[in-house]
Amino acid sequence: MNELSQTLTQPSVASAGWFDFAKRHRAILASIFVLVFPLVMPFTALAVNILIYGLFAVGFNLLFGYLGLLSFGHAALFGTGAYLCGIAIVHFGWSWYAAIVMGILGGAVMAAGIGALAIRTRGIYFAMVTMALSQCVFYLFYQAVDWTGGENGLRGINVRTIDILGLKLDFINPLTRYYVIAAFVILALFVLSRILASPFGAVIEAVRENEARARASGYDVTRTRLITFILSGAFCGLAGALMALHLSIVPIEILHIETSGMVVMMSLLGGMGTFFGPFVGAAVFLLLENLVSIWTVHWQLIVGAVFVVCVLFFPAGIWGTILKRINK
Amino acid sequence: MTTSTDTSSKVILRTTGVSKKFGKFVALNNISAEFSRDAITSIIGPNGAGKSTYFNLLSGAFPPSSGKVEFEGRDVTNVAQHEFAHMGIAKSFQITNVFPLLTTRENVRVGLQAFVSRYDIWRPRAKLPGLVEKADALLALVGLWDRRERLAKELAHGEQRALEIGMALAANPRLVLLDEPTAGMSPEETRVMMDLIVKLSKERTVILVEHKMKLVMGISDRVLVLHHGELLAQGTPTEVRQNEQVKRVYLGQREH
Repeated sequence: MNELSQTLTQPSVASAGWFDFAKRHRAILASIFVLVFPLVMPFTALAVNILIYGLFAVGFNLLFGYLGLLSFGHAALFGTGAYLCGIAIVHFGWSWYAAIVMGILGGAVMAAGIGALAIRTRGIYFAMVTMALSQCVFYLFYQAVDWTGGENGLRGINVRTIDILGLKLDFINPLTRYYVIAAFVILALFVLSRILASPFGAVIEAVRENEARARASGYDVTRTRLITFILSGAFCGLAGALMALHLSIVPIEILHIETSGMVVMMSLLGGMGTFFGPFVGAAVFLLLENLVSIWTVHWQLIVGAVFVVCVLFFPAGIWGTILKRINK
Repeated sequence: MTTSTDTSSKVILRTTGVSKKFGKFVALNNISAEFSRDAITSIIGPNGAGKSTYFNLLSGAFPPSSGKVEFEGRDVTNVAQHEFAHMGIAKSFQITNVFPLLTTRENVRVGLQAFVSRYDIWRPRAKLPGLVEKADALLALVGLWDRRERLAKELAHGEQRALEIGMALAANPRLVLLDEPTAGMSPEETRVMMDLIVKLSKERTVILVEHKMKLVMGISDRVLVLHHGELLAQGTPTEVRQNEQVKRVYLGQREH
């Protein structure tokens, strides 16, 4: 026993020092990247897009990468966030920050609704149920023309200045707009990092790794899944709300099934189950879209080819593969 | 614990007339049995006897079609599986069942965490006191301490089974249910596992499902024999060995 207690007090095996450092400070490092990012981008509007879709993909990845559930209906959460934020501003004249809170809550409540129905199914059934439900959400917003503008989209979300503690920021200026949105994204990244490092974060991974074992260990798998779905919805709702502010309209396409497919592609491209991978995926996807569409209208062909190559040869995704190489 | 449970009675687990049907197939027919506290009870029987079905009823994986399961005097027939760990019942699976991409230590730590924190999304889990130390102590008990930083999937088969025992013990259970704990093990691994089971049984009740009869006769206080979904015999190993019916259906065959 003496021998045992002696060995127990020894420090655990030293692993790659700075890799561990990077892992521990992932939110800070990601934030630094977000802050520098627009300076290396050809134009700022694209950087804003990447930022918002990056957050959307990060929120999606909480469910897909960390919990292991593939949803094909995340457009519903993103879109609900965007529409509720927009409706709060256009129809109720709410201030921008209250509208953002509305968007977050909208995403979370929609996730609770969809989740309550879908969460007991697995694998392909879960993907199909979430897809079908997101189609229902699409028609709901599509039909509510008085509130949403139907197929014309919700127009008139004009936020020109952002007041923070008496400071008036010009939201029309692209770089200012970027950094206002970046502030929310960075906050979200810190919250997410904290969730992943929490006791609940460990439960999420345990459920992904082995549902039956998690249940036998005393965890309520269904409840864990639902909570994670709702958290994912809150992040996606925030991304949607920021999108509404950024575009100053909410196009009905935001609820299309294509949006759901796109976020799956972004996550896979960047690396599911990694903290920063979905962000990288969103950046690569949107950069490709922009660069290739200068050259040809058939940009989807090229993006599709890149996607297939990635999935075939780098199943861990771009960021996931980089992390693996570094860690070896 | 609630007041209705009785943690001192001699009988820890009781099934009254439990049956299980899958469609028209009767996997288990009207089994009534009592399991004594602080003993090793083995459930044996040839392939298809209903051992695993019975095990799953005892461990709450699914409810019986009819009949009642009581743990320490409390009716647990329809209690959700994840509640079992919190009542003091832990189980290991017939097929190796660990969290493959988590480290060996994290496998046990997450098992311990279930009794401290399940839904806290905010505090850092590194700040939950004592879990890593307890996990390391359990790993030392099951002989995996030097493997603690390895991913569970990198462990040898026998080590993964030992890890499962460690995870079951994380619940600090009064009753441990083991489903063929030596399945697929080498003779050496089997011997280590048997020693471990005897060690566990000093502090808690163990119920064991085993296909290899010879293996459990030496360590069991009591043996239940199932055959075609019926309870064929029960008693001490000696009594069971001398039972004519058992001899016919089980021992008459080449002994496993």
